[in-house]
Amino acid sequence: MSTPAAASYAKPEVLVSTEWLAGNISNPGIRVIESNEDTLLYASGHIPGAAHVDWTADLNDQVRRDYITREGFEALMSRLGATPDTTIVFYGDKNNWWATYAFWVFQLFGHTKAKILNGGRLKWEKEGRELTRETPTFTATSYQAPERNDKTIRAFRDDVQKVVQEKGQLVDVRSPDEYSGKRLHMPDYPNEGALRGGHIPGAKSVPWAKAVNPEDGTFKSVDELKKLYIDEQGLDPSKPVTAYCRIGERSSHTWFALTYLLGFPNVRNYDGSWTEWGNSVGLPIEK
Amino acid sequence: MSAYPEPLQDLLDTFTTFEDPSERAQVLISFADQFTPVPPEVATRPFGKDHLVPACESEAYVWAMLQPDGTMKLYFAVENPSGISAKALAVMLTKTLSGLTPAEIATVSPEIVEGLFRQNISMGKGMGLMSMVGAVRTLAQRAQGQASS
Repeated sequence: MSTPAAASYAKPEVLVSTEWLAGNISNPGIRVIESNEDTLLYASGHIPGAAHVDWTADLNDQVRRDYITREGFEALMSRLGATPDTTIVFYGDKNNWWATYAFWVFQLFGHTKAKILNGGRLKWEKEGRELTRETPTFTATSYQAPERNDKTIRAFRDDVQKVVQEKGQLVDVRSPDEYSGKRLHMPDYPNEGALRGGHIPGAKSVPWAKAVNPEDGTFKSVDELKKLYIDEQGLDPSKPVTAYCRIGERSSHTWFALTYLLGFPNVRNYDGSWTEWGNSVGLPIEK
Repeated sequence: MSAYPEPLQDLLDTFTTFEDPSERAQVLISFADQFTPVPPEVATRPFGKDHLVPACESEAYVWAMLQPDGTMKLYFAVENPSGISAKALAVMLTKTLSGLTPAEIATVSPEIVEGLFRQNISMGKGMGLMSMVGAVRTLAQRAQGQASS
């Protein structure tokens, strides 16, 4: 199921290759989900049988800054025709940036039968594999989910304050200029409202996309990832790590790499991220 | 008097009738489907960096050719195969602005992107798309300057 290079990852079964997916598209136990930043991309062509999950419309609460509730997740899974036994394979644009975000949200509801298409949309397209504009329809299911678990893989502001006080491990996955405080947003992206630039005290800077081979969007080898996070930044796999970015989407990609590819046992994603920390009264920052 | 040249204002008015984002998305995709890249008689790869639209992740290039009758004709290249939004905008700009004078094109504000794409504009795309309009405007202003000098 996994790519050859995935053999040495901590949990290689969480990745599937484009070749594997092409051979399993009709498998009724699998639901393929595309999750993108570009809202036009799915409708312009997607992997046959793939459903669309939009991060703002489907995963976010439409009023509060929070994720959908248990009821919302149950309704989503029902619409997708998924049961607790359905294996969800996520893929998307931007090196699976949004696919890992959706994957992370699904883990808040304990749907562990979930995988990422290694290389995502980029690799599928580059290999000239089939895309369709036909939108699949699914028979609605009755999906019963547990309450959202915000304690294990999600961090809140108070949790991060504690990490700062205890000099724990934080990874800032934004661009170097955002980390240094030179800019308040990604290059070429709009400023989405942080009052101050800089980073959370003590955070290491590891831009998220360093975990990816840019030519085909696949994850780097386990040796390259170890060098990036452990050798160069000194992260200790045996201790908790909290990753953050601007709103928690880029850091879900790093959360995925640390958790499943390197096997760090305790990684949390701080989805409040810089748009919360950089705006909060009284919180310390470093430049 | 409309805020934009008439053909572009007409298109904008048409888009206001689409309240459902999925309807708008289908229209935008149908525009993207009509995209044809810059012909070889205008430019060939590797394209000059002076035609590259800054801050556009779809790697869009633009050319504005002054015609003998004093109007301009626009051409685009979009190198990212997933650059659907950039292709849609390129077609819309080509259809509505080609045949206008540099002075008319130079009045077009990049904010037109907001009106055309609305909810279908993604976080990372907005700046690049506005930059495409900005690049067209810059070429028109340059042509205006050349015409008056």
